[in-house]
Amino acid sequence: MNDMRPIERATALDDTKISAKGVNVHYGAAHALKDVSVDIGDRLVTAFIGPSGCGKSTFLRCLNRMNDTIPSARVTGRIEIDGQDIYDRRVDPVQLRAKVGMVFQKPNPFPKSIYDNVAYGPKIHGLARSRADLDVIVEKALRRAALWTEAKDRLQSPGTGLSGGQQQRLCIARAVATEPEVLLMDEPCSALDPIATAQVEELIDELRQSYSVVIVTHSMQQAARVSQRTAFFHLGNLVEYGETGQIFTNPRDPRTESYISGRIG
Amino acid sequence: MTDLPLHGAMPEARPARSILDLDPRTRARNRAEARFRAYGLGALLVGLFFLVLLLGSILLNGLSAFTQTRIQLPVELLESELDPQGTRDPAVIGETSSLGYGDLIEAAMVQAVAAAGVPTAIEPGDLEDILSPGAGAQIREAVLRDPSLIGQTVTFDLLASSRVDGYVKGRVTRESLANDRNLRPEHLDIVDAMREAGTIERGFNADFITGADASERRPEEAGMGVAMIGSLYTMLVVLALSLPIGVAASIYLEEFAPKNRFTDLIEVNIANLAAVPSIVYGILGLAVFIQFMGLPQSAPLVGGLVLTLLTLPTIIIATRASLKAVPPSIRDAALGVGASKMQSVFHHVLPLAIPGIMTGTIIGMAHALGETAPLLLIGMVGFVASNYPNGALDGFTSPNSAMPAQIYEWAKRADPAFYERAWGGIVILLVFLLLMNLAAVLVRRRFERRW
Ligand SMILES: Nc1ncnc2c1ncn2[C@@H]1O[C@H](COP(=O)(O)OP(=O)(O)OP(=O)(O)O)[C@@H](O)[C@H]1O
Ligand SMILES: [Mg+2]
Repeated sequence: MNDMRPIERATALDDTKISAKGVNVHYGAAHALKDVSVDIGDRLVTAFIGPSGCGKSTFLRCLNRMNDTIPSARVTGRIEIDGQDIYDRRVDPVQLRAKVGMVFQKPNPFPKSIYDNVAYGPKIHGLARSRADLDVIVEKALRRAALWTEAKDRLQSPGTGLSGGQQQRLCIARAVATEPEVLLMDEPCSALDPIATAQVEELIDELRQSYSVVIVTHSMQQAARVSQRTAFFHLGNLVEYGETGQIFTNPRDPRTESYISGRIG
Repeated sequence: MTDLPLHGAMPEARPARSILDLDPRTRARNRAEARFRAYGLGALLVGLFFLVLLLGSILLNGLSAFTQTRIQLPVELLESELDPQGTRDPAVIGETSSLGYGDLIEAAMVQAVAAAGVPTAIEPGDLEDILSPGAGAQIREAVLRDPSLIGQTVTFDLLASSRVDGYVKGRVTRESLANDRNLRPEHLDIVDAMREAGTIERGFNADFITGADASERRPEEAGMGVAMIGSLYTMLVVLALSLPIGVAASIYLEEFAPKNRFTDLIEVNIANLAAVPSIVYGILGLAVFIQFMGLPQSAPLVGGLVLTLLTLPTIIIATRASLKAVPPSIRDAALGVGASKMQSVFHHVLPLAIPGIMTGTIIGMAHALGETAPLLLIGMVGFVASNYPNGALDGFTSPNSAMPAQIYEWAKRADPAFYERAWGGIVILLVFLLLMNLAAVLVRRRFERRW
């Protein structure tokens, strides 16, 4: 953050990577997300905060159309990435998801080796021309996810044999290995110890150089540390969205203030 | 803690008590648990008892079918009878039918009885009753295979008749012969003498495992071999059809089909299909495959088609259950890195479901292997299994039976010797089922992965 000159930061703020307008999500009869409009900047970290069940994951899953896999979910409204509607009939969600990677709330490594977990994405997208290429990609991804030192001697052992926090970092490595343009992270640090959390936050900061990152978190401190913009959700509504500093120091909405000061949640 | 007064009585109701002496509630709980364990153990023991009883009686009744009494009989193959011109031309020799060997066998028997030193009142013509009615055919075959035997005295290892076999095995007694016109007690004197002399012996009966079914009059010749081949071909058809169809249908239903009324209906119907009596599939197969499509009767191909219908629901249910058991987070993970639906299924979901699919398939196949009723309706009745197929492909279409139908056929026949074979057939069938179940267990062990 400190190495960014003001001018750069200003242009970054003006670039919109994802633009959501009037997004509503229903799960059957339940109205889970109500008329959410957000512009997510390129090369920025955007944090979603809010009490449990307020629709943060739901909105995150709209951004790479993972809600398509839930039969009861119905998404309306318009979401554009680089100005193109992702719910357009011509869009293949598979291609979209290669562009918009995701780390899930619960660690979900494949029951395969650590190596295969990370290599899977690059393999199916043809990112590696040779085995050596793939080795490089895997190592780089594992290093970025702060898992390399622990995993380098056991690349062929099952990813499911790792501890919960290590599994989550493996999932992060798997997501960054495909070089997405947007990385959606749903509470990536909820199972991590402070050291690994710091490493992941470092990674997020590094990813910001080239990608835009959206992170859901329950930790205000984390949101304040890593993000440039913060969105506060409450009961399916987007209550407030703005510069992280402003949200935390000078929230406009009383609900935001109650939440960040610990009164609702 | 404003509600404390409500529970104010508690300390009195629950006096402090050492954990070393049990309060009445704990004792009652422990007694209930002990009772429940006793019931469970009792149920298990009852189950085991019946299993042992079943297996014991099957083995007791069935094992004797794996032995057979044989008679070593020197037969003089008179040239004057078999090949008067001395041509040694198989065509000429072949003109003598099996019955034509009757005189030679009779003479041989008279000699054998004389050699055994038993004076007997039985007429020479009735001595043959000790031998299987198939003895003539057995000698004729040997002669046709090697015409140079003619003119020599050759010792044949001939099958004893089923009554003699039964006597040697203890099934037939002198008393039971009183109301049996096939054999007289005097014959048994001869049998005793020949056993003493070692010319009648009971030995392992490989023909029972490899042989074909025989006519009603020759139970001693009947074997399971052809029916086993019939079962093998039937099972090949079942495997080749039901596994791919079942797995494809399950994957479609579980992973791709929209969840709506229509797929719900299909789901309910598949569950119901698994409960349809097998004979219904039999008559369906008769109507559709044989009468409508004109496929050959009694063919393992048709049997396989019918049993496929029977096995499909089992495989589909097992496959869907094991697909369902794969955690959805694995699918999310695959889709999340940009795998297509199909890639997520084939790279991640299916491999995890394979143990369940394999066990389901093997169990379904084992079920089909033991199925009788539908086969009877499409003509795979036991007595058809009297000839080996002519070639590897012919096995699918040439009339045949299957193991359970063969067993049923034998159990139906009047001669108690067939009844013994039916038990023996059950032993073979059980060995196959046991092997398949073992395979299911091994497959599970081999493929099972922990998540
Ligand atoms: N698959 C689903 N089917 C039906 N309702 C759902 C489904 N997923 C989420 N919901 C509902 O939608 C609402 C928002 O859920 P969501 O998972 O987005 O919450 P969240 O903000 O991510 O909460 P948390 O912080 O606990 O993860 C909740 O009321 C939840 O019950
Ligand atoms: Mg969530």
